[in-house]
Amino acid sequence: MDAVLELANVSKAFATHKAVDDVSFAIPRGAFFSLLGPSGCGKTTTLRLVAGFEAPTVGEIRLNGERIDLLPPYQRNVNTVFQSYALFPHLTVQGNVEFGLRNKSKDANPAADKVRRVLEQLELSGKEARKPSELSGGEKQRVALARALVLSPEVLLLDEPLSALDPQLRQQVRAELRDLQKKTGVTFLFVTHDQEEALSLSDTLAVMRAGRVEQMGAPQELYRKPRTKFVAAFLGDINWISGVGVRPEAIRITRGAEPGSKMAVVSATSFLGPSAHVTTTIEDGTRVTVQVPSSDGPYAAQETVYLSWSATDELRDLK
Amino acid sequence: MTPANRLRALFLTPAAAVMLATLGVPLAIVATYSFLSRGAYGGVEIPWTQENYTRLLDPLYGGIFLRSAWISLLATVGCLVLAFPLALFIARSGARKNLYLALVILPFWTSFLIRLYAWMFLLRDTGLINTALEALGVIHAPLPMLYNEGAVLLGLIYGYLPFAVLPLYATLERQDPALLDAAADLGATPVHALFRITIPLSMPGIWAAAILVFVPCVGTYIVSDLLGGSKTVLIGNLVQNQFTSSRDWPFGAAASLVLIGAAIGMLLLMRKSREELL
Ligand SMILES: Nc1ncnc2c1ncn2[C@@H]1O[C@H](COP(=O)(O)OP(=O)(O)OP(=O)(O)O)[C@@H](O)[C@H]1O
Ligand SMILES: [Mg+2]
Repeated sequence: MDAVLELANVSKAFATHKAVDDVSFAIPRGAFFSLLGPSGCGKTTTLRLVAGFEAPTVGEIRLNGERIDLLPPYQRNVNTVFQSYALFPHLTVQGNVEFGLRNKSKDANPAADKVRRVLEQLELSGKEARKPSELSGGEKQRVALARALVLSPEVLLLDEPLSALDPQLRQQVRAELRDLQKKTGVTFLFVTHDQEEALSLSDTLAVMRAGRVEQMGAPQELYRKPRTKFVAAFLGDINWISGVGVRPEAIRITRGAEPGSKMAVVSATSFLGPSAHVTTTIEDGTRVTVQVPSSDGPYAAQETVYLSWSATDELRDLK
Repeated sequence: MTPANRLRALFLTPAAAVMLATLGVPLAIVATYSFLSRGAYGGVEIPWTQENYTRLLDPLYGGIFLRSAWISLLATVGCLVLAFPLALFIARSGARKNLYLALVILPFWTSFLIRLYAWMFLLRDTGLINTALEALGVIHAPLPMLYNEGAVLLGLIYGYLPFAVLPLYATLERQDPALLDAAADLGATPVHALFRITIPLSMPGIWAAAILVFVPCVGTYIVSDLLGGSKTVLIGNLVQNQFTSSRDWPFGAAASLVLIGAAIGMLLLMRKSREELL
């Protein structure tokens, strides 16, 4: 594997608190790699270690096989899209995008057509003269991307870049981000606490918990074969029935008994648009949520139903 | 008037009344005096005249105005150069910020006059510095450190430094530290980031500091009186003399009005150049 970025046993402690604890991973060139985890699990800290804003307490960070963990941020060929964008308020869109190029060359007008191409690619043409305060949220985000991408970084670091956008825009930008990554071929290290975002965007996904990488793999693999209960629950809704995990969409609901089905009583139905979640209670008192197409039903409260699922959909032996 | 406007007027009335009573009325009196004649024992007398203003056209006074402006400009630049790193340091010292700010303001708890006397005690021929240097054998005759323009400049910079530190601190403290991370991320060395991010974003504070230092410096008379001796006459001294030893109130009034006019003119000029810059 041609790994562009490698973390080897990296830990970062603030005082006695280990924000990042023995994290290792390697990102293949051109991949979309995501770090997913709950708030405070160390995602931002991991990104800041790669960018150079923090120094690891132990461990090594390698870019193209060479150690970078001792270099200052301005000597690392990685660039960051900050969560709050951190655009320079006194510079125009053009000025923001040129900022990094000017640091690299003494040229007064650095790589004008490179800037123009990136602005075009991010649909910012015609907005060059605007100040950040005159841009919409989505435009600011694209300037932040343009400013970093114009430097052709080895790895682009993105810290929850979609979280400041409103939900509708987020969906759209998510798709654009994926396209942009494919088109530019730049390696993305993407941080999010939104499992849907991580599942839909990533080639490889690392789920973090309390500073450690809990599991790493392709989205489908992690969703279907989680090794721990934490990963199983973090990547989607799950029911725990007699120590076995079953996802709501794996359960069939019928009005008549079938071989091997479990009897359950409906307590509520919540409509989610294309699908609906039916909450039921089985005989031993366990609550089981079932996902059905919203055209199904309706299932009335207190109605008796039968639940069945295939043994291959059971998630067994999770730690 | 809309209710909001009425409310605003209501809140502004006390301040406006105080300003009118303490600034407007005395200014009107000064303006009136400046067109009257000098009384034998101070004070003013009829007839009305413009002579106080025509007297100011004498190159002697022009020179005094220019020298005041020049010294004030030097003091302003000196204060900015010293205050900026200090303000930057304070803004970036985390939990200690308030302690350092308190130290900057601390001198205000002692009268400015007393602090100037302390400087005289340090600088004069038989002062602490000269005595110490002579005792150490470094010099054999006292260094002339007092009663010259250098001493006045030192006193001005010393006296008005806090007025430059505070507005600079206020702008620097507000700056988003993520911007410096972003600058470093985009390849800027700390020096680049200082000149391309921190200083440009501090321009409002730099202008505020410049005005807060420059304006009182132009009008000062204590510093030049105590540290400058009789050699350094600034406009402030000129005005003060007219009201005390010279007993020429109308001329003093005219000089101070021209000073106010010049200060306002310079403020407007600064504002214009600032608008062009930003
Ligand atoms: N500079 C710091 N000093 C002390 N503790 C810190 C510092 N930065 C982060 N931490 C701690 O390290 C842990 C991980 O923080 P981090 O910002 O990496 O979390 P995160 O996964 O990005 O969370 P979120 O999703 O909320 O952004 C947290 O417990 C946090 O309080
Ligand atoms: Mg974070």
